[in-house]
Amino acid sequence: MNLDSIKNLLSFFSGQSDINRTHRIAKTFAELKEQNRKALIPFITAGDPHPKYTVQLMHQLVQSGADIIELGVPFSDPMADGPTIQRSSERALKYHVSLDDVLKLVAEFRKTNTNTPIVLMGYANPVEALGHVSFAAKARDCGVDGVLIVDYPPEESSEWVQCLEQHQIDAIFLLSPTTHQQRIEQVAKMAKGYIYYVSLKGVTGASHLDLQDVSTMLKQLRQYISLPIGVGFGIRDGVTAKAVAELSDAVVVGSRIIEEIEKSSESDLFSNVGSLVKALRDAIDKN
Amino acid sequence: MSAYDLPNKNGHFGPYGGIFVAETLISALEDLREQYEFYRHDANFQSEFAEELKHYVGRPSPIYHAKRWSEHLGGAQILLKREDLNHTGAHKINNTIGQALLARRMGKKRVIAETGAGQHGVASATVAARYGMECVVYMGSEDVKRQATNVYRMKLLGATVVPVESGSRTLKDALNEAMRDWVTNVENTFYIIGTVAGPHPYPMMVRDFQVVIGNEAKIQMQEDFTRQPDALIACVGGGSNAIGLFYPYIDDVNVQLIGVEAAGKGIDTDQHAATLSMGRPGVLHGNRTYLIQDENGQIVETHSISAGLDYPGVGPEHAWLKDCGRAEYVAITDDEALEAFHTLCRYEGIMPALESSHALAYAAKYAPTLPKDKLLLVNLSGRGDKDMATVAQMSGLTL
Repeated sequence: MNLDSIKNLLSFFSGQSDINRTHRIAKTFAELKEQNRKALIPFITAGDPHPKYTVQLMHQLVQSGADIIELGVPFSDPMADGPTIQRSSERALKYHVSLDDVLKLVAEFRKTNTNTPIVLMGYANPVEALGHVSFAAKARDCGVDGVLIVDYPPEESSEWVQCLEQHQIDAIFLLSPTTHQQRIEQVAKMAKGYIYYVSLKGVTGASHLDLQDVSTMLKQLRQYISLPIGVGFGIRDGVTAKAVAELSDAVVVGSRIIEEIEKSSESDLFSNVGSLVKALRDAIDKN
Repeated sequence: MSAYDLPNKNGHFGPYGGIFVAETLISALEDLREQYEFYRHDANFQSEFAEELKHYVGRPSPIYHAKRWSEHLGGAQILLKREDLNHTGAHKINNTIGQALLARRMGKKRVIAETGAGQHGVASATVAARYGMECVVYMGSEDVKRQATNVYRMKLLGATVVPVESGSRTLKDALNEAMRDWVTNVENTFYIIGTVAGPHPYPMMVRDFQVVIGNEAKIQMQEDFTRQPDALIACVGGGSNAIGLFYPYIDDVNVQLIGVEAAGKGIDTDQHAATLSMGRPGVLHGNRTYLIQDENGQIVETHSISAGLDYPGVGPEHAWLKDCGRAEYVAITDDEALEAFHTLCRYEGIMPALESSHALAYAAKYAPTLPKDKLLLVNLSGRGDKDMATVAQMSGLTL
């Protein structure tokens, strides 16, 4: 047993682990609120376009203005994703990027960044293959702050949420335009960190966001939810990002960034992704 | 022992089944569950379903005693439940009629389906034509190439066939794509799943529409043989024909239930689709069940000579029947299935589907170990016309 794991063990039993570590998401949102700013949450898939670029890409996202990073765990059958994110998963899987590898990438990132919250986003089966408890323990040690498993809806999640809670990881949940009130209340009870509101019907990468609908639904959600609410799906440019930021606490951008990665070469990958995220940041912050 | 009554209200069969989907699909599934819960007890719905099965499908399908083949094997008597005589040539039509009638009552004008070999796609295109609905069938682009005749058949029936280029370009990817379509077009679209997999209520609903196979068999066995069979044998890909036959017999513990999976080139190779024999539990396509996966939980490509068994998952009810020991699951290789295909052609003048040939091949192994007064009921789930090109190719011929 090395020194770190002894420290973790001690803090676990004393119930007082490093505040900086365990409350990164809450802390980030609190700071933003103080500054009257909204969070920008870019999504990339770990291992896309190649595992050797992932950590540097994560640092690039932070430098260009990301407040939280959603890191996709590649899966062979990403049912809820559109073609763009699906292709990013396929590119990563060419290098056999496993959930274990993703956790190692996070640990690598944490060596030089201890502030930016990392949320893993993926599908149930890789987590099941590793086992809930051993996944949660590893994720905690590697510096993961939240996990969103797309195909774990609340009704199948009680044991999962408990397991994450014991390891001080936030269980992030989705809400959609079709979620009815009873479920909103149920999710409000289980969710930690923030709520990810899927702003339109369909899969990731679709492009018919209706701001009026988002506005109406968010008002309804706020009656039950005290956590910050992030909005994603269909945000492709600064104008939309700005408009969504005015309604919500955080703007999640995925497919648009993956597209940028897709069309970049090795030489301009970081500058292209950097300028895209910077442009979104500037648009969101503009008065 | 209390009577078998699964799934529970959450769609669980023991630890299997459930609703493992993204939030975006939940309300569509809740709606489906409520509507189906109503119509499964609705006399009108059930009588229309029964009428369609009788006059459009041609049910009941007979049980045929394969005497010459049984004699040749020299053991138990083999009886065939002739689902191959159904309209469109397989058991799949039972389920697509049920779901199309439900779609109509739910006011959905558009149906979508996934297909591997094309049989479920054909059965879906058929009922869409019958009830005047738009039909879109998702099919892996690899399968589109392998099953050109069925693709044309679906087009003749007025369906649009969409080749799926993602992943391994086979059945599982077609299922992913159909789910994506459904989540996007949920207001006007009904997703007709072809097997007893997917999120609740699909495994239960598809089973209920296929249970006619076992219900008929129970009556026919009593009438024709004055007793029930000693064992039921059926092939298992997703497992809809098997559960349709097994389900009414689950509480009859003297009747052995045997599911036959595809061992492909051998279960000791990496080219098989024997999910229950070789897989591990996990989550895919909306339910927890056995899956063929690598050590990292990625779903791996499967292989079977029969496209209908070429699927890395299996219905959650089969996973439960295996774990609780009520049913047993065995595997048959491509070669063994092919041999059974030829044998049934020669001895009985019946050309079985390659899927059903797996069940026949196991019967051919099992029968000689039993006395002549034992009865094995094999589900002949489909006819083999669609497989002639594959069989010819395996024999080194081109048609």
